[in-house]
Amino acid sequence: MTDMASLMEDRAAAKVISDKVQKPVDWDSPKIARNIKKRYAAERRFKIYGLSAIGVALLALFVLAFSIGSKGYTAFFQTYVQLEINFDPAEIDPNGTGDPAVIGKANFDDLIKKALLARFPDVTDRRDKRDLYGVVSGGASYDLRERVMENPNLIGQTRKIWLISGDDFDMLNKGYIDANVDEGSRRLNDKEIGWYDALVSDGAVEKKFHSRFFTSGDSREPELAGIWGAAVGSFYTLLVTLFLSFPIGVLAAVYLEEFAPKNRFTTIVEVNINNLAAVPSIVFGLLGLEVYLNVMHLPRSAPVVGGLTLALMTLPTIIIASRAAIKAVPPSIRQAALGLGASPVQTVTHHVLPLAMPGILTGTIIGMAQALGETAPLLMIGMVAFIVDIPGGALDPATVLPVQIYLWADSPERAFVEKTSAAIMVLLAFLILMNGLAVYLRKKFERKW
Amino acid sequence: MSLSFLLLAVAALCALSFYFGRQRAVALSGGRYSNLHSLPAHYGTYVALWCGLPALLLLLVWHSLQGSIIQAMIISELPAEITGDAGQLSLALNSISLIAAGNGQHLNVVPEVIDAGQRLANLQTIANAAMIVVMLSGSVLGVSLSYRKISAELRARNNVERIFRWMMIACSAIAILSTVGIVFSLLFEALHFFSKISPVEFLFGLEWSPQTAIRADQVASEGAFGAIPLFVGTLLITIIAMCVAVPVGLFSAIYMGEYASPKFRAVAKPALEILAGVPTVVYGFFAALTVAPFLRNNGAVLGLDVSSESALAAGLVMGVMIIPFVSSLSDDVMSQVPKSLRDGSYGLGATKSETIRHVIFPAALPGIVGAVLLAVSRAIGETMIVVMAAGLAANMTVNPLQAVTTVTVQIVTLLVGDQEFDSAKTLSAFALGLVLFLVTLGLNVFALKVVQKYREKYD
Repeated sequence: MTDMASLMEDRAAAKVISDKVQKPVDWDSPKIARNIKKRYAAERRFKIYGLSAIGVALLALFVLAFSIGSKGYTAFFQTYVQLEINFDPAEIDPNGTGDPAVIGKANFDDLIKKALLARFPDVTDRRDKRDLYGVVSGGASYDLRERVMENPNLIGQTRKIWLISGDDFDMLNKGYIDANVDEGSRRLNDKEIGWYDALVSDGAVEKKFHSRFFTSGDSREPELAGIWGAAVGSFYTLLVTLFLSFPIGVLAAVYLEEFAPKNRFTTIVEVNINNLAAVPSIVFGLLGLEVYLNVMHLPRSAPVVGGLTLALMTLPTIIIASRAAIKAVPPSIRQAALGLGASPVQTVTHHVLPLAMPGILTGTIIGMAQALGETAPLLMIGMVAFIVDIPGGALDPATVLPVQIYLWADSPERAFVEKTSAAIMVLLAFLILMNGLAVYLRKKFERKW
Repeated sequence: MSLSFLLLAVAALCALSFYFGRQRAVALSGGRYSNLHSLPAHYGTYVALWCGLPALLLLLVWHSLQGSIIQAMIISELPAEITGDAGQLSLALNSISLIAAGNGQHLNVVPEVIDAGQRLANLQTIANAAMIVVMLSGSVLGVSLSYRKISAELRARNNVERIFRWMMIACSAIAILSTVGIVFSLLFEALHFFSKISPVEFLFGLEWSPQTAIRADQVASEGAFGAIPLFVGTLLITIIAMCVAVPVGLFSAIYMGEYASPKFRAVAKPALEILAGVPTVVYGFFAALTVAPFLRNNGAVLGLDVSSESALAAGLVMGVMIIPFVSSLSDDVMSQVPKSLRDGSYGLGATKSETIRHVIFPAALPGIVGAVLLAVSRAIGETMIVVMAAGLAANMTVNPLQAVTTVTVQIVTLLVGDQEFDSAKTLSAFALGLVLFLVTLGLNVFALKVVQKYREKYD
């Protein structure tokens, strides 16, 4: 009985299946055609999503580059004002000594002020006078002094001289201050704009290439501030980083790849390297602050401390890249060297390392480029100090390019916006150069075994 | 004598000892190198290592101890009324180091401090001179011992290689040392902090205002150290960043891997990678000066009140920064899905997008989750963008248009400028750092485990 029932069930099931099989899909039916159309539309949509994702990313890159470039290119030029300076002997060298020490102490600021007042004789009010003096930068008197020291014959003459202008005036000339808005809500009042127009109509306002931006250190005055101090600081910091992280990184990579036995020590080292690569950079800053400054009492704000901190951060990058490069050297090279009687150390130093060197160098350059762009850990160890002097060594207080960018970005003066963007362009130029070098090395020396 | 000059001198001494060691080996060989155990260069290296290593080790030890020892000597001779108070002591120490550096003329301090400053300058000169003497005598001792040991039977190569091997092990150990250094320096100061503020208050408190009074007569708030607002702010910005980075990164990885022609790939892939190479301070500037005003102005048009330090601006830009990270990691993961799965799906008539959505993506999901977790950990630890574009005030809000602050912002603001290592304000930065370190470490370990397990599945 049960057999019978199960047989009937089987038959019924078989009939269902045969019904399905016997009714073939009509691939030309409108339903299927619609379905296929829908699926193809989904396919196209999906592709468009992908393409637009890449578009969004590239757009972001473009907007970033454009906003930096358009804000910053004007910083490479600086407004100069031409004034008729009377090199009054009574003011510079009253006794006619010709002694450079006397000339150096003269009040050149006064000469500029007199020249300004001579150009605009109707300015008498004290506040107006102060505004008028703002047309020329406070640093112009130093330029004037240098000029006279170089050429003492100027004393007694009256010459038309181009002087570096103040930052607000520079902003006006570059079009960042709109003369049409309400007087109260702009940095310059109507009188100042009137002086500007008068000077322009004299042909006494000109934009010149701003070489000072590349040669001077930081300053509170935007028109006098330059990136050279920060660039030198970056150089010393990277030098320390390179001298520490390159040998240590390569030796560690050689050990892990060629000599290390598979034991607990090696495993711990590998786990640590992977974790260090992912530790937030600011934590390295805390480490530097605690260990280098509080425990070892190394000098604050010094590139050597920055270099030590960045070296720890760069180490994982160099080790990982070096290991990959060493691994890529085929075992046959090692076997050949060992077969000829070389010791394992000789095999590595004479054969494996030279062959792996292009890869190691590429990784090192990329690590250095990362270190060059790093800011946060350096804030922790005091490299944010306001430093005017160009550092003369790795122990002098210094700042670095990215920190300089951060400091300028925080400054309230409008003129620092373009300086910041320009400094970013310089930093990016260095980064592109380094990464380009890495790509070149890889292309030139890459070997397929 | 400056440090770099000293190092150069040591290097020159090493070169000299190499030369003499080698010469001696050559002389001993009598013209036939096979009389020697090792090559002449090994003998040279042997002597050079014995010249350089003692000097460098002594330099390292000396430099790491000199500061603390001299400071202890100076403090021990200061009068008790200065050493008794921690604030006064640090002030006095500052003036002393200024005087020692010759910049203290304008300082108005007690004569004891001026004396101490001069003593410090003296001690530093003596210490530097003594260090040079110790270093050089270490070198000379090493050279004379090793030079005398040179003989035809000396196993110079084995000796050199043993030293080389130990140097390599020491270099590898630095990775461990720096982790240990991080943990200990964070833990030490954080425990210091928790002895003043209870951990429960720190981890679960709802108010954060660390500005405590520095002097007793100053008017300032009591100081509250509840870190929940910071965690909320960090989370909010991270979520916004992920909302940008995950879809964009994932879809660009899919397009690059599955659809793009090799030519398109060759251009677009490096272009995306540029985004990862831009320094974070540049993103910060971009967020603060371009994106934030843009959002603010457009928000005003729509009638929204967008803060000029909105979480949205910082989060969006951070998302852009992380796009290449997500895209390259998920590209890796998806390219590891075996070809057989793909072929099976195509064989059943699935379109490319159906294959990706129903076969490749589910298969790669654990790896993608790992990649996203790594990206989250990076977003949490990111500093410069939020320092420049996010706010300072600890608002408890999840409104992306308002200003929030993050853990990293607070660490920077607490530690930039004057620091006193006995106030809860400064120490709280280390407690925050510890939390940050533990959270990112946990995320990374977990994410790497997930990715690894996924790799094993398809290997």
